[in-house]
Amino acid sequence: MGDLVKYLGDAGTRGLILDMLLEHIYLSLLPLVISVVLAVALGWVCHRFGWFRGALLGAANIVYTVPSLALFAIIPAVIGTQVLDINNVVIALTVYTTALLTRPVSDALDAVPVQITAAATAMGFRPLRRFLTVELPLAVPVLFAGLRVGSVSNISLVSVGALIGTGGLGVLFTDGFRSRYLAPIIVGIVLTLLLALVVDGLLVALRQWLTPWNHIRGVKS
Amino acid sequence: MIEFRAVTKRFDDGTIAVNNLDLVVEAGTITVFVGPSGCGKTTSLRMVNRMIDPSSGTILVDGKDILSVDPPMLRRGIGYVIQQAGLFPHRTVLDNVATVPLLSGWSRSKARGRAAELLELVGLPAELGKRYPVQLSGGQQQRVGVARALAADPPVLLMDEPFSAVDPVVREGLQDELLRLQAELDKTIVFVTHDIDEAVRIGEKVAVFREGGILAQYDRPAELLARPADDFVAHFVGKDRGYRSLSFVDASGVEVGAVPLVQVSEAVEPSGEWRLAVDDRRHPRGWLAPGTTVDGPLVEDVLKPGGSLFEVGQSIRGALDAALSSPSGLGVAVDAEGAVVGAVTATQVLAVIEGLRESRG
Repeated sequence: MGDLVKYLGDAGTRGLILDMLLEHIYLSLLPLVISVVLAVALGWVCHRFGWFRGALLGAANIVYTVPSLALFAIIPAVIGTQVLDINNVVIALTVYTTALLTRPVSDALDAVPVQITAAATAMGFRPLRRFLTVELPLAVPVLFAGLRVGSVSNISLVSVGALIGTGGLGVLFTDGFRSRYLAPIIVGIVLTLLLALVVDGLLVALRQWLTPWNHIRGVKS
Repeated sequence: MIEFRAVTKRFDDGTIAVNNLDLVVEAGTITVFVGPSGCGKTTSLRMVNRMIDPSSGTILVDGKDILSVDPPMLRRGIGYVIQQAGLFPHRTVLDNVATVPLLSGWSRSKARGRAAELLELVGLPAELGKRYPVQLSGGQQQRVGVARALAADPPVLLMDEPFSAVDPVVREGLQDELLRLQAELDKTIVFVTHDIDEAVRIGEKVAVFREGGILAQYDRPAELLARPADDFVAHFVGKDRGYRSLSFVDASGVEVGAVPLVQVSEAVEPSGEWRLAVDDRRHPRGWLAPGTTVDGPLVEDVLKPGGSLFEVGQSIRGALDAALSSPSGLGVAVDAEGAVVGAVTATQVLAVIEGLRESRG
Protein backbone atom coordinates (compact mmCIF):
# COMPACT_ATOMS: atom_id res chain seq x y z
CA MET A 1 0.00 0.00 0.00
CA GLY A 2 2.78 2.31 0.91
CA ASP A 3 4.42 1.43 -2.39
CA LEU A 4 1.25 2.41 -4.22
CA VAL A 5 1.03 5.80 -2.51
CA LYS A 6 4.66 6.45 -3.19
CA TYR A 7 4.34 5.32 -6.82
CA LEU A 8 1.35 7.53 -7.50
CA GLY A 9 2.75 10.40 -5.48
CA ASP A 10 5.03 11.33 -8.31
CA ALA A 11 3.38 13.82 -10.70
CA GLY A 12 5.56 12.66 -13.61
CA THR A 13 4.38 9.07 -13.10
CA ARG A 14 0.75 10.19 -12.94
CA GLY A 15 1.25 12.07 -16.21
CA LEU A 16 2.76 8.98 -17.83
CA ILE A 17 -0.10 6.82 -16.58
CA LEU A 18 -2.65 9.27 -17.98
CA ASP A 19 -0.93 9.14 -21.37
CA MET A 20 -1.01 5.33 -21.23
CA LEU A 21 -4.70 5.39 -20.33
CA LEU A 22 -5.50 7.70 -23.26
CA GLU A 23 -3.47 5.56 -25.60
CA HIS A 24 -5.23 2.45 -24.25
CA ILE A 25 -8.61 4.03 -24.95
CA TYR A 26 -7.52 4.96 -28.46
CA LEU A 27 -6.08 1.51 -29.19
CA SER A 28 -9.11 -0.36 -27.91
CA LEU A 29 -12.00 1.83 -29.08
CA LEU A 30 -10.80 2.84 -32.55
CA PRO A 31 -10.86 -0.82 -33.68
CA LEU A 32 -14.33 -1.13 -32.13
CA VAL A 33 -15.65 1.75 -34.23
CA ILE A 34 -14.00 0.53 -37.44
CA SER A 35 -15.18 -3.02 -36.90
CA VAL A 36 -18.80 -1.94 -36.38
CA VAL A 37 -18.72 -0.47 -39.87
CA LEU A 38 -16.99 -3.54 -41.33
CA ALA A 39 -19.20 -6.03 -39.48
CA VAL A 40 -22.37 -4.26 -40.59
CA ALA A 41 -21.18 -4.45 -44.20
CA LEU A 42 -20.06 -8.09 -43.94
CA GLY A 43 -23.14 -9.05 -41.92
CA TRP A 44 -25.31 -7.57 -44.65
CA VAL A 45 -23.42 -9.58 -47.28
CA CYS A 46 -23.99 -12.79 -45.24
CA HIS A 47 -27.65 -11.90 -44.77
CA ARG A 48 -28.18 -11.06 -48.41
CA PHE A 49 -26.13 -13.81 -50.07
CA GLY A 50 -26.71 -17.10 -48.29
CA TRP A 51 -23.96 -18.95 -50.15
CA PHE A 52 -21.37 -16.49 -48.87
CA ARG A 53 -22.43 -16.87 -45.28
CA GLY A 54 -20.85 -20.25 -44.52
CA ALA A 55 -17.48 -19.31 -45.99
CA LEU A 56 -17.30 -15.90 -44.35
CA LEU A 57 -18.46 -16.95 -40.91
CA GLY A 58 -16.15 -19.98 -41.03
CA ALA A 59 -13.22 -17.71 -41.83
CA ALA A 60 -14.25 -15.37 -39.01
CA ASN A 61 -14.19 -18.27 -36.56
CA ILE A 62 -10.70 -19.30 -37.66
CA VAL A 63 -9.40 -15.73 -37.39
CA TYR A 64 -10.77 -15.54 -33.89
CA THR A 65 -8.76 -18.59 -32.82
CA VAL A 66 -5.41 -17.08 -33.88
CA PRO A 67 -3.58 -16.05 -30.67
CA SER A 68 -3.40 -12.28 -30.31
CA LEU A 69 0.34 -12.17 -29.82
CA ALA A 70 0.83 -14.15 -33.00
CA LEU A 71 -1.49 -11.81 -34.89
CA PHE A 72 0.38 -8.74 -33.62
CA ALA A 73 3.59 -10.33 -34.97
CA ILE A 74 2.13 -11.52 -38.29
CA ILE A 75 0.54 -8.26 -39.34
CA PRO A 76 3.77 -6.36 -40.07
CA ALA A 77 4.86 -9.26 -42.27
CA VAL A 78 1.55 -9.24 -44.14
CA ILE A 79 1.06 -5.53 -44.69
CA GLY A 80 4.62 -4.25 -44.34
CA THR A 81 4.29 -2.02 -41.29
CA GLN A 82 7.09 -1.56 -38.76
CA VAL A 83 7.15 -4.16 -36.01
CA LEU A 84 6.57 -1.51 -33.33
CA ASP A 85 3.91 0.40 -35.24
CA ILE A 86 0.82 0.86 -33.06
CA ASN A 87 -1.31 0.40 -36.18
CA ASN A 88 -0.51 -3.29 -35.90
CA VAL A 89 -2.56 -3.40 -32.72
CA VAL A 90 -5.38 -1.35 -34.23
CA ILE A 91 -5.52 -3.64 -37.26
CA ALA A 92 -5.30 -6.84 -35.23
CA LEU A 93 -8.06 -5.79 -32.88
CA THR A 94 -10.19 -4.61 -35.79
CA VAL A 95 -9.83 -8.06 -37.33
CA TYR A 96 -10.83 -9.75 -34.07
CA THR A 97 -13.77 -7.53 -33.35
CA THR A 98 -15.04 -7.73 -36.91
CA ALA A 99 -14.82 -11.52 -36.71
CA LEU A 100 -16.73 -11.38 -33.45
CA LEU A 101 -19.46 -9.02 -34.63
CA THR A 102 -20.19 -10.29 -38.13
CA ARG A 103 -22.24 -13.29 -37.04
CA PRO A 104 -24.54 -11.43 -34.61
CA VAL A 105 -25.11 -8.67 -37.18
CA SER A 106 -25.98 -11.24 -39.82
CA ASP A 107 -28.26 -13.13 -37.41
CA ALA A 108 -29.95 -9.92 -36.31
CA LEU A 109 -30.66 -8.94 -39.91
CA ASP A 110 -32.02 -12.43 -40.59
CA ALA A 111 -34.30 -12.03 -37.56
CA VAL A 112 -36.04 -8.90 -38.85
CA PRO A 113 -39.57 -10.20 -39.61
CA VAL A 114 -40.22 -10.69 -43.31
CA GLN A 115 -43.51 -8.79 -43.17
CA ILE A 116 -41.69 -5.71 -41.89
CA THR A 117 -39.13 -5.63 -44.69
CA ALA A 118 -41.86 -6.48 -47.20
CA ALA A 119 -43.99 -3.62 -45.86
CA ALA A 120 -41.03 -1.26 -46.18
CA THR A 121 -40.39 -2.32 -49.78
CA ALA A 122 -44.07 -2.05 -50.62
CA MET A 123 -44.19 1.48 -49.26
CA GLY A 124 -41.46 2.55 -51.64
CA PHE A 125 -38.21 2.34 -49.67
CA ARG A 126 -35.15 1.91 -51.87
CA PRO A 127 -32.83 -0.89 -50.67
CA LEU A 128 -30.14 1.29 -49.07
CA ARG A 129 -32.59 3.48 -47.19
CA ARG A 130 -34.55 0.44 -46.09
CA PHE A 131 -31.35 -1.10 -44.74
CA LEU A 132 -30.23 2.01 -42.89
CA THR A 133 -33.59 3.10 -41.48
CA VAL A 134 -35.47 -0.16 -40.95
CA GLU A 135 -33.29 -3.25 -40.85
CA LEU A 136 -30.20 -1.82 -39.15
CA PRO A 137 -32.09 -0.06 -36.33
CA LEU A 138 -33.91 -3.30 -35.61
CA ALA A 139 -30.54 -5.10 -35.41
CA VAL A 140 -29.16 -2.62 -32.86
CA PRO A 141 -30.00 -4.61 -29.69
CA VAL A 142 -28.15 -7.69 -30.97
CA LEU A 143 -25.33 -5.58 -32.40
CA PHE A 144 -24.79 -3.97 -29.00
CA ALA A 145 -24.72 -7.33 -27.23
CA GLY A 146 -21.77 -8.16 -29.51
CA LEU A 147 -20.21 -4.73 -29.05
CA ARG A 148 -20.16 -5.12 -25.26
CA VAL A 149 -18.23 -8.38 -25.57
CA GLY A 150 -15.95 -6.79 -28.18
CA SER A 151 -15.17 -3.72 -26.07
CA VAL A 152 -14.19 -5.76 -23.00
CA SER A 153 -12.17 -8.12 -25.15
CA ASN A 154 -10.35 -5.24 -26.87
CA ILE A 155 -9.58 -3.43 -23.64
CA SER A 156 -7.97 -6.55 -22.27
CA LEU A 157 -6.16 -7.45 -25.51
CA VAL A 158 -4.53 -4.02 -25.89
CA SER A 159 -2.44 -4.87 -22.82
CA VAL A 160 -0.90 -7.76 -24.73
CA GLY A 161 0.38 -5.23 -27.26
CA ALA A 162 2.82 -3.99 -24.64
CA LEU A 163 4.76 -7.21 -25.14
CA ILE A 164 5.63 -6.10 -28.66
CA GLY A 165 6.34 -2.61 -27.51
CA THR A 166 3.16 -0.65 -28.26
CA GLY A 167 1.71 1.66 -25.63
CA GLY A 168 -1.31 1.49 -23.40
CA LEU A 169 -1.77 0.34 -19.83
CA GLY A 170 -0.04 -2.95 -20.69
CA VAL A 171 3.26 -1.10 -20.32
CA LEU A 172 2.55 -0.94 -16.59
CA PHE A 173 2.49 -4.74 -16.51
CA THR A 174 5.69 -5.22 -18.49
CA ASP A 175 7.45 -2.56 -16.40
CA GLY A 176 6.16 -4.06 -13.17
CA PHE A 177 7.22 -7.58 -14.10
CA ARG A 178 10.63 -6.47 -15.28
CA SER A 179 11.41 -4.49 -12.14
CA ARG A 180 9.54 -6.89 -9.80
CA TYR A 181 7.55 -3.88 -8.57
CA LEU A 182 3.86 -4.55 -7.71
CA ALA A 183 2.47 -0.97 -7.66
CA PRO A 184 2.31 -0.35 -11.44
CA ILE A 185 0.75 -3.78 -11.95
CA ILE A 186 -2.02 -3.01 -9.46
CA VAL A 187 -2.61 0.41 -11.00
CA GLY A 188 -2.75 -1.23 -14.45
CA ILE A 189 -5.29 -3.83 -13.34
CA VAL A 190 -7.51 -1.29 -11.60
CA LEU A 191 -7.47 1.16 -14.51
CA THR A 192 -8.13 -1.59 -17.07
CA LEU A 193 -11.10 -2.82 -15.06
CA LEU A 194 -12.45 0.69 -14.56
CA LEU A 195 -12.05 1.47 -18.23
CA ALA A 196 -13.91 -1.71 -19.21
CA LEU A 197 -16.73 -0.88 -16.78
CA VAL A 198 -17.07 2.72 -17.93
CA VAL A 199 -17.05 1.80 -21.63
CA ASP A 200 -19.62 -0.93 -20.98
CA GLY A 201 -21.81 1.54 -19.11
CA LEU A 202 -21.55 4.03 -21.97
CA LEU A 203 -22.47 1.34 -24.49
CA VAL A 204 -25.53 0.39 -22.46
CA ALA A 205 -26.57 4.04 -22.24
CA LEU A 206 -26.05 4.49 -25.98
CA ARG A 207 -28.12 1.40 -26.72
CA GLN A 208 -30.97 2.65 -24.51
CA TRP A 209 -30.85 5.99 -26.28
CA LEU A 210 -30.89 4.37 -29.74
CA THR A 211 -33.66 1.88 -28.98
CA PRO A 212 -36.38 3.51 -26.87
CA TRP A 213 -38.83 1.08 -28.49
CA ASN A 214 -36.97 -1.97 -27.21
CA HIS A 215 -37.49 -1.48 -23.49
CA ILE A 216 -41.15 -0.63 -23.51
CA ARG A 217 -43.45 -3.27 -22.22
CA GLY A 218 -46.45 -4.09 -24.34
CA VAL A 219 -49.63 -2.82 -22.75
CA LYS A 220 -52.25 -4.58 -24.79
CA SER A 221 -55.64 -3.07 -24.31
CA MET B 1 -58.59 1.62 -62.64
CA ILE B 2 -56.38 -1.45 -62.65
CA GLU B 3 -56.28 -3.65 -65.70
CA PHE B 4 -54.75 -7.12 -65.97
CA ARG B 5 -54.18 -8.12 -69.60
CA ALA B 6 -53.29 -11.76 -70.21
CA VAL B 7 -51.11 -11.77 -67.11
CA THR B 8 -49.24 -14.98 -66.29
CA LYS B 9 -46.79 -15.58 -63.48
CA ARG B 10 -44.63 -18.67 -63.64
CA PHE B 11 -42.21 -19.12 -60.75
CA ASP B 12 -38.69 -20.46 -61.21
CA ASP B 13 -39.73 -23.91 -60.00
CA GLY B 14 -42.26 -24.09 -62.84
CA THR B 15 -45.44 -23.62 -60.81
CA ILE B 16 -47.94 -21.36 -62.45
CA ALA B 17 -49.26 -18.94 -59.83
CA VAL B 18 -51.41 -16.85 -62.15
CA ASN B 19 -52.66 -18.17 -65.45
CA ASN B 20 -53.57 -15.77 -68.22
CA LEU B 21 -55.52 -13.36 -66.06
CA ASP B 22 -57.76 -10.81 -67.73
CA LEU B 23 -59.53 -8.61 -65.24
CA VAL B 24 -60.49 -4.97 -64.79
CA VAL B 25 -60.72 -3.49 -61.31
CA GLU B 26 -63.02 -0.51 -61.66
CA ALA B 27 -61.98 2.82 -60.16
CA GLY B 28 -63.57 3.70 -56.84
CA THR B 29 -64.68 0.17 -55.97
CA ILE B 30 -63.66 -2.46 -53.46
CA THR B 31 -62.73 -5.54 -55.45
CA VAL B 32 -62.02 -8.71 -53.51
CA PHE B 33 -59.72 -11.49 -54.71
CA VAL B 34 -60.77 -14.67 -52.95
CA GLY B 35 -59.87 -18.33 -53.25
CA PRO B 36 -58.15 -21.27 -51.56
CA SER B 37 -54.44 -21.08 -50.77
CA GLY B 38 -52.23 -21.39 -53.84
CA CYS B 39 -54.83 -19.88 -56.15
CA GLY B 40 -52.72 -16.88 -57.11
CA LYS B 41 -54.81 -14.20 -55.41
CA THR B 42 -51.90 -12.77 -53.41
CA THR B 43 -49.51 -13.08 -56.34
CA SER B 44 -51.99 -11.14 -58.49
CA LEU B 45 -52.20 -8.43 -55.83
CA ARG B 46 -48.45 -8.17 -55.45
CA MET B 47 -47.94 -7.77 -59.16
CA VAL B 48 -49.85 -4.49 -59.02
CA ASN B 49 -47.12 -2.75 -57.01
CA ARG B 50 -44.33 -4.81 -58.57
CA MET B 51 -43.46 -6.74 -55.44
CA ILE B 52 -43.61 -9.53 -58.05
CA ASP B 53 -43.23 -8.96 -61.78
CA PRO B 54 -45.35 -10.96 -64.22
CA SER B 55 -43.75 -13.53 -66.53
CA SER B 56 -45.91 -12.25 -69.37
CA GLY B 57 -48.82 -9.93 -69.93
CA THR B 58 -49.43 -6.32 -69.00
CA ILE B 59 -50.79 -4.56 -65.95
CA LEU B 60 -52.08 -1.03 -66.30
CA VAL B 61 -52.81 1.31 -63.39
CA ASP B 62 -54.83 4.29 -64.57
CA GLY B 63 -53.89 3.46 -68.12
CA LYS B 64 -50.15 3.36 -67.48
CA ASP B 65 -48.08 0.20 -67.91
CA ILE B 66 -46.58 -0.34 -64.47
CA LEU B 67 -43.44 -1.92 -65.90
CA SER B 68 -42.53 1.53 -67.23
CA VAL B 69 -42.49 3.03 -63.72
CA ASP B 70 -39.56 2.85 -61.27
CA PRO B 71 -40.84 0.41 -58.58
CA PRO B 72 -40.18 2.60 -55.49
CA MET B 73 -41.96 5.55 -57.13
CA LEU B 74 -44.85 3.32 -58.24
CA ARG B 75 -45.21 1.94 -54.70
CA ARG B 76 -45.35 5.37 -53.06
CA GLY B 77 -48.48 5.98 -55.09
CA ILE B 78 -50.14 2.72 -54.05
CA GLY B 79 -51.20 2.13 -50.45
CA TYR B 80 -50.37 -1.29 -49.06
CA VAL B 81 -51.81 -2.99 -45.99
CA ILE B 82 -50.64 -6.44 -44.94
CA GLN B 83 -51.54 -9.12 -42.46
CA GLN B 84 -50.50 -8.24 -38.89
CA ALA B 85 -50.06 -4.68 -40.13
CA GLY B 86 -46.25 -4.99 -40.64
CA LEU B 87 -45.70 -1.85 -38.58
CA PHE B 88 -42.14 -0.73 -37.83
CA PRO B 89 -41.57 -1.69 -34.18
CA HIS B 90 -38.85 0.94 -33.75
CA ARG B 91 -40.99 3.87 -34.80
CA THR B 92 -43.83 5.52 -32.96
CA VAL B 93 -47.34 5.14 -34.30
CA LEU B 94 -47.23 8.68 -35.66
CA ASP B 95 -43.92 8.13 -37.46
CA ASN B 96 -45.19 4.81 -38.85
CA VAL B 97 -48.15 6.62 -40.39
CA ALA B 98 -45.87 9.41 -41.67
CA THR B 99 -43.60 6.92 -43.49
CA VAL B 100 -44.63 7.47 -47.10
CA PRO B 101 -44.95 11.27 -46.85
CA LEU B 102 -41.42 11.32 -45.37
CA LEU B 103 -40.15 9.08 -48.19
CA SER B 104 -41.73 11.45 -50.67
CA GLY B 105 -39.73 14.31 -49.20
CA TRP B 106 -42.27 16.08 -46.99
CA SER B 107 -40.90 17.96 -43.99
CA ARG B 108 -41.12 16.07 -40.70
CA SER B 109 -43.63 18.45 -39.16
CA LYS B 110 -45.91 18.43 -42.20
CA ALA B 111 -45.75 14.61 -42.41
CA ARG B 112 -46.57 14.27 -38.72
CA GLY B 113 -49.46 16.69 -39.06
CA ARG B 114 -50.84 14.59 -41.87
CA ALA B 115 -50.30 11.43 -39.81
CA ALA B 116 -52.29 12.91 -36.93
CA GLU B 117 -55.19 13.61 -39.31
CA LEU B 118 -55.12 10.01 -40.46
CA LEU B 119 -55.17 8.60 -36.94
CA GLU B 120 -58.34 10.56 -36.42
CA LEU B 121 -59.73 9.35 -39.73
CA VAL B 122 -59.32 5.69 -38.75
CA GLY B 123 -60.82 6.36 -35.35
CA LEU B 124 -57.76 6.27 -33.12
CA PRO B 125 -57.21 8.77 -30.30
CA ALA B 126 -54.37 11.25 -30.92
CA GLU B 127 -52.44 10.20 -27.80
CA LEU B 128 -51.79 6.78 -29.36
CA GLY B 129 -49.50 8.58 -31.81
CA LYS B 130 -46.68 8.73 -29.27
CA ARG B 131 -46.82 5.01 -28.50
CA TYR B 132 -44.92 2.19 -30.14
CA PRO B 133 -46.74 -0.54 -32.07
CA VAL B 134 -46.11 -3.13 -29.34
CA GLN B 135 -48.27 -1.03 -27.03
CA LEU B 136 -51.35 -1.39 -29.22
CA SER B 137 -53.93 -4.16 -29.53
CA GLY B 138 -54.12 -6.19 -32.74
CA GLY B 139 -57.15 -4.24 -33.94
CA GLN B 140 -55.48 -0.90 -33.24
CA GLN B 141 -52.32 -2.00 -35.06
CA GLN B 142 -54.41 -2.91 -38.07
CA ARG B 143 -56.05 0.52 -38.05
CA VAL B 144 -52.59 2.11 -37.93
CA GLY B 145 -51.67 -0.10 -40.90
CA VAL B 146 -54.63 1.31 -42.83
CA ALA B 147 -53.77 4.89 -41.78
CA ARG B 148 -50.18 4.37 -42.94
CA ALA B 149 -51.34 3.09 -46.31
CA LEU B 150 -53.59 6.12 -46.77
CA ALA B 151 -51.06 8.73 -45.62
CA ALA B 152 -49.94 9.94 -49.04
CA ASP B 153 -53.54 9.82 -50.29
CA PRO B 154 -52.86 7.19 -52.97
CA PRO B 155 -55.69 6.53 -55.43
CA VAL B 156 -55.12 2.77 -55.17
CA LEU B 157 -55.04 0.66 -52.02
CA LEU B 158 -53.86 -2.95 -51.90
CA MET B 159 -54.92 -4.98 -48.88
CA ASP B 160 -53.36 -8.42 -48.42
CA GLU B 161 -55.47 -10.41 -45.94
CA PRO B 162 -55.36 -7.42 -43.63
CA PHE B 163 -57.90 -8.60 -41.08
CA SER B 164 -57.17 -12.32 -40.95
CA ALA B 165 -55.03 -12.20 -37.79
CA VAL B 166 -57.61 -10.51 -35.56
CA ASP B 167 -60.52 -12.16 -33.80
CA PRO B 168 -63.93 -12.31 -35.52
CA VAL B 169 -65.59 -9.54 -33.50
CA VAL B 170 -62.72 -7.10 -34.09
CA ARG B 171 -62.58 -8.19 -37.73
CA GLU B 172 -66.22 -7.27 -38.27
CA GLY B 173 -65.57 -3.85 -36.71
CA LEU B 174 -62.60 -3.31 -39.03
CA GLN B 175 -64.66 -4.35 -42.06
CA ASP B 176 -67.38 -1.83 -41.14
CA GLU B 177 -64.69 0.78 -40.65
CA LEU B 178 -63.24 0.06 -44.09
CA LEU B 179 -66.66 0.40 -45.70
CA ARG B 180 -67.23 3.69 -43.87
CA LEU B 181 -63.80 4.98 -44.97
CA GLN B 182 -64.40 3.90 -48.53
CA ALA B 183 -67.73 5.76 -48.63
CA GLU B 184 -65.73 8.84 -47.64
CA LEU B 185 -62.56 8.36 -49.70
CA ASP B 186 -63.65 6.55 -52.85
CA LYS B 187 -60.38 4.68 -53.43
CA THR B 188 -59.75 1.85 -55.84
CA ILE B 189 -59.23 -1.00 -53.41
CA VAL B 190 -58.04 -4.52 -54.11
CA PHE B 191 -58.60 -6.73 -51.09
CA VAL B 192 -57.28 -10.29 -50.81
CA THR B 193 -58.87 -12.80 -48.46
CA HIS B 194 -59.46 -16.54 -48.21
CA ASP B 195 -62.72 -15.91 -46.36
CA ILE B 196 -65.70 -15.90 -48.72
CA ASP B 197 -67.94 -14.33 -46.05
CA GLU B 198 -65.55 -11.41 -45.77
CA ALA B 199 -65.45 -11.22 -49.58
CA VAL B 200 -69.20 -10.95 -50.07
CA ARG B 201 -69.52 -8.64 -47.08
CA ILE B 202 -67.14 -5.93 -48.25
CA GLY B 203 -66.70 -6.52 -51.98
CA GLU B 204 -68.56 -4.61 -54.64
CA LYS B 205 -67.04 -7.07 -57.09
CA VAL B 206 -65.56 -10.42 -56.14
CA ALA B 207 -63.01 -12.38 -58.18
CA VAL B 208 -62.97 -16.07 -57.21
CA PHE B 209 -59.66 -17.77 -58.05
CA ARG B 210 -59.06 -21.50 -58.16
CA GLU B 211 -55.89 -23.59 -57.86
CA GLY B 212 -53.50 -23.01 -60.73
CA GLY B 213 -54.15 -19.29 -60.77
CA ILE B 214 -57.31 -19.43 -62.85
CA LEU B 215 -60.04 -16.84 -62.46
CA ALA B 216 -63.20 -18.89 -61.90
CA GLN B 217 -65.74 -16.09 -61.67
CA TYR B 218 -65.76 -12.32 -61.45
CA ASP B 219 -69.05 -10.85 -60.39
CA ARG B 220 -71.03 -8.87 -57.89
CA PRO B 221 -71.44 -10.79 -54.61
CA ALA B 222 -75.21 -11.25 -55.05
CA GLU B 223 -74.63 -12.81 -58.48
CA LEU B 224 -71.89 -15.01 -57.10
CA LEU B 225 -74.24 -16.45 -54.50
CA ALA B 226 -77.26 -16.64 -56.78
CA ARG B 227 -75.55 -17.92 -59.91
CA PRO B 228 -72.15 -19.53 -59.30
CA ALA B 229 -70.42 -20.12 -62.62
CA ASP B 230 -69.51 -23.73 -61.91
CA ASP B 231 -69.26 -26.45 -59.26
CA PHE B 232 -66.00 -25.07 -57.92
CA VAL B 233 -67.48 -21.65 -57.21
CA ALA B 234 -70.70 -23.19 -55.86
CA HIS B 235 -68.66 -25.34 -53.52
CA PHE B 236 -66.36 -22.49 -52.55
CA VAL B 237 -69.10 -20.03 -51.71
CA GLY B 238 -70.29 -22.83 -49.48
CA LYS B 239 -73.44 -23.99 -47.74
CA ASP B 240 -76.30 -21.64 -46.99
CA ARG B 241 -75.58 -19.58 -50.07
CA GLY B 242 -79.31 -19.44 -50.81
CA TYR B 243 -79.93 -18.03 -47.37
CA ARG B 244 -76.87 -15.77 -47.44
CA SER B 245 -77.83 -14.32 -50.80
CA LEU B 246 -80.89 -12.86 -49.09
CA SER B 247 -78.48 -10.32 -47.60
CA PHE B 248 -78.55 -8.60 -50.96
CA VAL B 249 -82.35 -8.42 -51.25
CA ASP B 250 -83.93 -5.46 -49.53
CA ALA B 251 -86.93 -6.10 -47.32
CA SER B 252 -89.07 -3.26 -48.55
CA GLY B 253 -91.45 -5.70 -50.25
CA VAL B 254 -92.36 -7.28 -46.93
CA GLU B 255 -95.38 -5.64 -45.36
CA VAL B 256 -94.88 -5.10 -41.66
CA GLY B 257 -98.09 -6.02 -39.81
CA ALA B 258 -99.41 -4.95 -36.45
CA VAL B 259 -98.31 -6.78 -33.34
CA PRO B 260 -100.23 -6.90 -30.03
CA LEU B 261 -98.26 -5.08 -27.38
CA VAL B 262 -98.19 -5.08 -23.61
CA GLN B 263 -96.36 -2.62 -21.43
CA VAL B 264 -93.79 -3.74 -18.86
CA SER B 265 -94.64 -2.60 -15.25
CA GLU B 266 -98.32 -2.29 -16.05
CA ALA B 267 -101.30 -4.57 -15.41
CA VAL B 268 -102.09 -7.03 -18.22
CA GLU B 269 -105.40 -8.65 -19.18
CA PRO B 270 -105.29 -12.41 -19.90
CA SER B 271 -105.21 -13.32 -23.60
CA GLY B 272 -104.97 -16.36 -25.88
CA GLU B 273 -102.37 -14.89 -28.24
CA TRP B 274 -98.65 -14.03 -28.18
CA ARG B 275 -98.05 -10.47 -27.14
CA LEU B 276 -94.84 -8.45 -27.33
CA ALA B 277 -93.78 -6.69 -24.15
CA VAL B 278 -92.23 -3.25 -24.60
CA ASP B 279 -90.79 -0.69 -22.24
CA ASP B 280 -91.81 2.94 -22.11
CA ARG B 281 -89.64 3.75 -25.15
CA ARG B 282 -91.34 0.95 -27.12
CA HIS B 283 -88.16 -1.12 -27.11
CA PRO B 284 -89.01 -4.85 -27.21
CA ARG B 285 -88.30 -6.70 -23.94
CA GLY B 286 -89.63 -10.19 -24.71
CA TRP B 287 -92.77 -12.18 -25.48
CA LEU B 288 -95.73 -12.94 -23.19
CA ALA B 289 -96.91 -16.47 -24.04
CA PRO B 290 -100.64 -17.12 -24.63
CA GLY B 291 -102.57 -17.96 -21.44
CA THR B 292 -99.91 -16.60 -19.06
CA THR B 293 -101.59 -15.08 -16.05
CA VAL B 294 -99.96 -12.04 -14.60
CA ASP B 295 -100.72 -10.86 -11.09
CA GLY B 296 -100.11 -7.16 -10.65
CA PRO B 297 -97.76 -5.20 -12.90
CA LEU B 298 -95.94 -7.10 -15.67
CA VAL B 299 -92.38 -8.07 -14.70
CA GLU B 300 -89.73 -9.19 -17.19
CA ASP B 301 -89.23 -12.53 -15.39
CA VAL B 302 -92.39 -14.00 -16.92
CA LEU B 303 -91.39 -13.07 -20.49
CA LYS B 304 -89.86 -15.40 -23.05
CA PRO B 305 -86.68 -13.96 -24.57
CA GLY B 306 -87.28 -12.52 -28.01
CA GLY B 307 -85.59 -13.47 -31.28
CA SER B 308 -83.38 -11.31 -33.46
CA LEU B 309 -84.71 -7.92 -34.48
CA PHE B 310 -84.63 -6.44 -37.92
CA GLU B 311 -84.45 -2.81 -38.71
CA VAL B 312 -86.86 -1.58 -41.32
CA GLY B 313 -84.91 -0.95 -44.51
CA GLN B 314 -82.40 -3.74 -43.90
CA SER B 315 -82.09 -6.91 -45.97
CA ILE B 316 -84.75 -9.56 -46.23
CA ARG B 317 -82.31 -11.98 -44.59
CA GLY B 318 -82.75 -10.07 -41.34
CA ALA B 319 -86.52 -10.18 -41.66
CA LEU B 320 -86.56 -13.94 -42.23
CA ASP B 321 -84.13 -14.55 -39.38
CA ALA B 322 -86.23 -12.40 -37.03
CA ALA B 323 -89.32 -14.47 -37.80
CA LEU B 324 -87.53 -17.83 -37.56
CA SER B 325 -85.84 -16.99 -34.26
CA SER B 326 -88.90 -15.55 -32.54
CA PRO B 327 -90.78 -17.81 -30.06
CA SER B 328 -94.07 -16.42 -31.36
CA GLY B 329 -93.16 -16.88 -35.04
CA LEU B 330 -93.48 -13.14 -35.42
CA GLY B 331 -90.31 -11.31 -36.47
CA VAL B 332 -90.11 -7.96 -34.74
CA ALA B 333 -89.37 -4.94 -36.91
CA VAL B 334 -87.85 -1.89 -35.25
CA ASP B 335 -86.95 1.59 -36.45
CA ALA B 336 -83.52 3.18 -36.31
CA GLU B 337 -84.05 4.08 -32.64
CA GLY B 338 -84.92 0.46 -31.78
CA ALA B 339 -88.63 1.13 -31.18
CA VAL B 340 -91.11 -1.53 -32.32
CA VAL B 341 -92.75 -0.84 -35.67
CA GLY B 342 -94.60 -4.12 -36.14
CA ALA B 343 -93.97 -7.75 -37.03
CA VAL B 344 -93.68 -10.13 -39.98
CA THR B 345 -94.13 -13.88 -40.31
CA ALA B 346 -91.78 -16.28 -42.11
CA THR B 347 -94.64 -17.14 -44.49
CA GLN B 348 -94.95 -13.48 -45.49
CA VAL B 349 -91.22 -13.16 -46.08
CA LEU B 350 -91.07 -16.37 -48.12
CA ALA B 351 -94.01 -15.22 -50.22
CA VAL B 352 -92.07 -12.07 -51.08
CA ILE B 353 -88.96 -14.11 -51.93
CA GLU B 354 -91.02 -16.45 -54.14
CA GLY B 355 -92.60 -13.43 -55.81
CA LEU B 356 -89.20 -11.94 -56.58
CA ARG B 357 -87.98 -15.23 -58.02
CA GLU B 358 -91.01 -15.51 -60.31
CA SER B 359 -90.79 -11.90 -61.43
CA ARG B 360 -87.13 -12.48 -62.33
CA GLY B 361 -88.23 -15.49 -64.37
